[in-house]
Amino acid sequence: MSDPSTASIVSTPPAHMPTEAGSGAPVDAGLPESAQKEQKPRSLLGDAWQDLRRKPLFWISAAFIVLFVVMAAVPFVFTSGDAVNGDLARSRVEPSSSAWFGYDVQGRDVFARTIYGARASIVVALLSTILTLLIGGAMGIIAGYRGGWVDALLSRIADIFFGLPFVLGSIVILTTFNGSGTDNGEWTIMGLVILSLTVLTWPVVMRLMRSSVLATKEADYIIAARAMGASTGRIILKHLLPNCLAPLLVYGTIMVGSFIGAEATLSFLGIGLKTPVVSWGIMISEAQNYIRVSPFLLFFPAAFLVTAVLSFVMLGEAVREALDPKLR
Amino acid sequence: MTENIIEVRDLVKHYPVTRGVVFKKTIGHVKAVDGVSFDLKAGETLGVVGESGCGKSTLARVLMNLEKPTAGQVLYKGQDISKLSGGALRRLRRQIQLVMQDPYTSLNPRMTVGDLIGEPFEIHPEAAPRGSRRGKVKELLDLVGLNPEHINRYPHQFSGGQRQRIGIARALALRPEVIVCDEPVSALDVSIQAQVMNLLEKLQAEFGLSYVFIAHDLSVVRHLSDRVAVMYLGKMVEVGTEDEIYERPTHPYTQALLSAVPVPDPTLRDNKAIIRLTGDVPSPVSPPSGCRFRTRCWKAQEVCAQEVPLLQIRRGSDHPSACHFAERREIVPTHEAA
Repeated sequence: MSDPSTASIVSTPPAHMPTEAGSGAPVDAGLPESAQKEQKPRSLLGDAWQDLRRKPLFWISAAFIVLFVVMAAVPFVFTSGDAVNGDLARSRVEPSSSAWFGYDVQGRDVFARTIYGARASIVVALLSTILTLLIGGAMGIIAGYRGGWVDALLSRIADIFFGLPFVLGSIVILTTFNGSGTDNGEWTIMGLVILSLTVLTWPVVMRLMRSSVLATKEADYIIAARAMGASTGRIILKHLLPNCLAPLLVYGTIMVGSFIGAEATLSFLGIGLKTPVVSWGIMISEAQNYIRVSPFLLFFPAAFLVTAVLSFVMLGEAVREALDPKLR
Repeated sequence: MTENIIEVRDLVKHYPVTRGVVFKKTIGHVKAVDGVSFDLKAGETLGVVGESGCGKSTLARVLMNLEKPTAGQVLYKGQDISKLSGGALRRLRRQIQLVMQDPYTSLNPRMTVGDLIGEPFEIHPEAAPRGSRRGKVKELLDLVGLNPEHINRYPHQFSGGQRQRIGIARALALRPEVIVCDEPVSALDVSIQAQVMNLLEKLQAEFGLSYVFIAHDLSVVRHLSDRVAVMYLGKMVEVGTEDEIYERPTHPYTQALLSAVPVPDPTLRDNKAIIRLTGDVPSPVSPPSGCRFRTRCWKAQEVCAQEVPLLQIRRGSDHPSACHFAERREIVPTHEAA
């Protein structure tokens, strides 16, 4: 038999003759400009972006999220009203052309408060979601992929945190660091709230990720990658993560909403954010005493909250669909 | 061309069976592969046949160094592959590639064909400079009979046969010397099977590849193989050239397997001896003593339970057979239809 390397069509040299860099001539050199452009290499992320760009749902939810983020960053652009000080003479005055959302019990402008409330709600919800996903996701991947005693240890640690009831756990954490009499600043309290939310919810994400990884790690394409000599990092980043991300994305977007609510619960209990800091959660819990006589007090912050949550859920859904080639 | 590229010596792979959650106690071993030896010559195709659960796929995994053998050695050009690590292991990975059984699960659904076939080049960057990889992937697609224009498609946009071609292209990318095919056509339609096998044949002629071709379908193996090894319950029972196994089988198990192959010609069908085996394959956790096939063999006698028959050339035969009572017997009346 003749030397296969001379007769072959494929120009990859056998392993004992390593290619020198730059020795291979560009294969598509002779192709016209247009054909080269058409064959531009595409990747999962590039394709996902192409797909997202065509979805109106993505643009609508993204626009809302951008709006809320701008609101959180520079609230004074949207309103010149005072969110903190009120005039008792205007207590529970209904919405009118001078005050679009009316005035609350203390005579404070509801519109101004809703705009200023975006910051605490969005920051707390987004940061705790991101932290929870990062910590829980990383732990889940390690536990699921390594298995054995690492898995046993991490799972038991997660079980301990899982066993703490959410409200009780955060009361313990927050009364310790943020009880009555303490004088923490706005950002310190937010940090504490984010911390307690993250510490008490990461086991859920870890379990989700772990089961996802367990189901995927025995897949043939992972074995094929190992047989090719792929490193552990490469297998996790290129093969495991993209195929385990979908449930995490869905859960993450739902978490954004539930964290806004959780922040409100903690504020209502007097251990979360405190006046003069404004948040949608605080406004909603204040409004529920007057729901019969002044429903608008509840309506406006709740409407903002629902819109924000819905935007995140829709964005997550659009991204999840875009990342799955089968759904395109 | 008679140089041995892979030598397998007394290969054993046992999986422990454990009981208990925290304090695991080993209560036995699944003897998936139990003392297998063979050689693979350069440019040769070795077919491995056997029924489900006889250890074929475990053999493939040990050959690929995905599992460490319990005992015995797999030598690639004289090197024990299970002792390699680091750079030497990476070089070995370039030389031995795997084509898997199920083309629906062996390709990452979230990678484009270009990324899938290009991945070997990314793992082994010394194989091809970055700029030329795209072109190489297209050459490979063309070589396995796929349209190079489809480089940006995803696996789910292809049929089963096309996906298996993608898998073959991926295995070929690094120009390996050996490809281990673990039932590469058993998940495909019969018409597609032929196409994929012809492709494998063409590639072998072109690149001088050696194949270890694992299958449970005797006619598929016959089509491709130079030599055939028959496995039963973790052991090899008969090894020989294609003619020796198919025309002059001496082991009862081989004869029984061959008698189950359908004969397409109705006029010849009545000439065929039919051997019906009774019972199931015994558990690989506690295989029978002596000859492992004795519980289902019509020739079994006292000696079969006491002495393990060695895989050696027996009287009246021209190739190794692991039976105390090896005897030639023609099962299929004609040669393979020309």
